[in-house]
Amino acid sequence: MTAGIYAARDRLQVILVEKGVVGGQVLVTDWIDNYPGFPEGLSGSDLIEKMAAQAKRFELETKNENVVKIELTEAKKKLIFESGGELTCKALIICTGARPNKLGIPGERELTGKGVSYCATCDGPFFRNQEIFVVGGGDTAIQEADFLTKFASKVTVIHRRDELRATKVLQEKALANERIEFIWNSNVVAIEGEKEVERVRIRSNNGEESEITASGVFILIGTIPNNEMLPLEQLGADEFGFVITDDDMCTKVPGVMAAGDIRSKTVRQVVNAAGEGAVAAIAAEHYLNQWE
Amino acid sequence: MAGENVKHITDAEFDEYVLKGDVPSLVDFWAPWCGPCKAIGPVIEELAGEYAGKVQITKMNVDDNPTTPGKYSIRAIPTIMLFKGGEIVDQVTGAVGKTQLIAMLNKAL
Repeated sequence: MTAGIYAARDRLQVILVEKGVVGGQVLVTDWIDNYPGFPEGLSGSDLIEKMAAQAKRFELETKNENVVKIELTEAKKKLIFESGGELTCKALIICTGARPNKLGIPGERELTGKGVSYCATCDGPFFRNQEIFVVGGGDTAIQEADFLTKFASKVTVIHRRDELRATKVLQEKALANERIEFIWNSNVVAIEGEKEVERVRIRSNNGEESEITASGVFILIGTIPNNEMLPLEQLGADEFGFVITDDDMCTKVPGVMAAGDIRSKTVRQVVNAAGEGAVAAIAAEHYLNQWE
Repeated sequence: MAGENVKHITDAEFDEYVLKGDVPSLVDFWAPWCGPCKAIGPVIEELAGEYAGKVQITKMNVDDNPTTPGKYSIRAIPTIMLFKGGEIVDQVTGAVGKTQLIAMLNKAL
């Protein structure tokens, strides 16, 4: 989004290609407390609405297409769409982001949308006065566990280790919340239910198995890159499939940049994704200037 | 946010408008607290304009109307369901794009 805003404002001939609706993972973030310029904080969807309005002011053109393949040469970058169409450009900024990781256990896929969820803000209110589980121990898991106590009567966090990875401030809040319980050193091994989630099967690290009644399971165990359409070998990627860039967001292929959660990096926040978008747009402009 | 082309329906109106309608019917199950629902609102509105007369496009607020979402085991939104002759012919959950919804509608026509 930021890359689009910068490029459009700099009067580059730019198109933002999006397969769903713009906003990505920010859209499903309940509350963003630490994006500078918003002293009271704001919801993810409000932040996206403001970014979209800003993009509109600079007349950023958007195209709703699902890119299935990208072919790269020095001179031409070609996007191939699921609809059969194509788009060729001189410079490309890859901002495909990441999506929630899955556990890959029995019942997970079958019961998705029927009690299994990857988005607390989307689905939390369906679990008023019910008992639910959160799987994970990072920032997202702990923040959303706290959020879910607004609705659920009890939230049980299952974490495979004996301590949380989430930042201190989030941990303190969750540990002080009387409606959150923790099960340490354990994994969910199956989710069971006829038409909707009824119970989860848990295995502790020492091998003990147990079954607990639950109507919801929120799986918040990090993200995986949306890289299926990318020629990773040509671009350069880390062992997890995230794209490697230099400090100017440039990949190994001249004229191809990457920004946001698709990049190989340690911090995945809205604020640095936006910063990277700006850097990538400027790098793209420098690249294009060489052609003139 | 309520547009001109999209009819907001209630539990009481569901049978009449969706199950017994003469044309296929698309229902966007949403709620005011849902960010992705807000994001696809304009897409649903555009489709309602483009498919006027061919597909009945409606929205149902799941907070005010718990019966229908319960009947279809909806526990995630936005959920978009397409009905034809009283039966579900297609459904999708999440903030999907316009292109995907158009493909879904054209398949049912």
